[in-house]
Amino acid sequence: MAKKVKSSNKSKLSALVVDDDGVCRTVHCAFLRRHGFETSSVESGRQAVDLIRSGQKFDIIFMDIIMPEMNGVQATRALRAMGVKSMIVGIDCDLDYINEDFMQAGMDRVYEKPMTSEIAISVHQALLNNNIV
Amino acid sequence: MDVINQLQRQYVDFLSSLYREGLLDDQFLQIQKLQDESNPEFVNEVVTLFFEDSEKLLHNLAIALDQQLVDYKKVDACVHQFKGSSSSIGAQRVRNICVSFRTCYDAKNLEGCLRCLQQLKDEYYLVKNKLQTLFKLEQQILAAGGVIPIMG
Repeated sequence: MAKKVKSSNKSKLSALVVDDDGVCRTVHCAFLRRHGFETSSVESGRQAVDLIRSGQKFDIIFMDIIMPEMNGVQATRALRAMGVKSMIVGIDCDLDYINEDFMQAGMDRVYEKPMTSEIAISVHQALLNNNIV
Repeated sequence: MDVINQLQRQYVDFLSSLYREGLLDDQFLQIQKLQDESNPEFVNEVVTLFFEDSEKLLHNLAIALDQQLVDYKKVDACVHQFKGSSSSIGAQRVRNICVSFRTCYDAKNLEGCLRCLQQLKDEYYLVKNKLQTLFKLEQQILAAGGVIPIMG
């Protein structure tokens, strides 16, 4: 009899939401949880860096861009410099007014707010595709 | 059953009017769809948070614009945050005022900014009032033993 191969228990994808606004954190997490993610959230770029430096890993990081002290671009640069390979997605308003090179900083994608089901589904799919060897 | 049907019709008519008048856009519908058994108070929670946040932002904007030397970067920070939160829950007209507000503070036009702040206050309190009425209608439906109709 053929040995039964145990299919890996597909655990949920993990997302970190970084945003200084509570409404955005709440909305982003709700959309992501609805579409198969386990979510954590922090209020600043600095907290995101500290959390990941402490050993926490995430499949994807949703990064607000305009934030006080350490903005999303600076936080992304810091995370990439630390060797973080997670998908990093910038999400904010008025992207045209933000004079930064998002991709050069290490973001994989940028979206204009608001967070939507389409965004959550699209990144979920991209992560699954990336995991197929 | 008649009472429930009447209340439900009232609810649908009222919510439809909010979409028609542009106070809310499709994002609000998406927010409602996120509410489920695992998150039964979601809409109420996020809207309450929006009310608290918004009133702080309006207060901070009033202070920022009242200074001898207006720091337009502070104004930008507040309006930017307001734009993000209002667009996240679908408060369309509030979000649109944020767009015209930017034009004023980019040009360092104080008079224009003060006008925009007033418009922002007006639109915010209007949508706040409408959403509170909406929640009251929901409570009435639930109290009568009915379910809240899902739109769209």
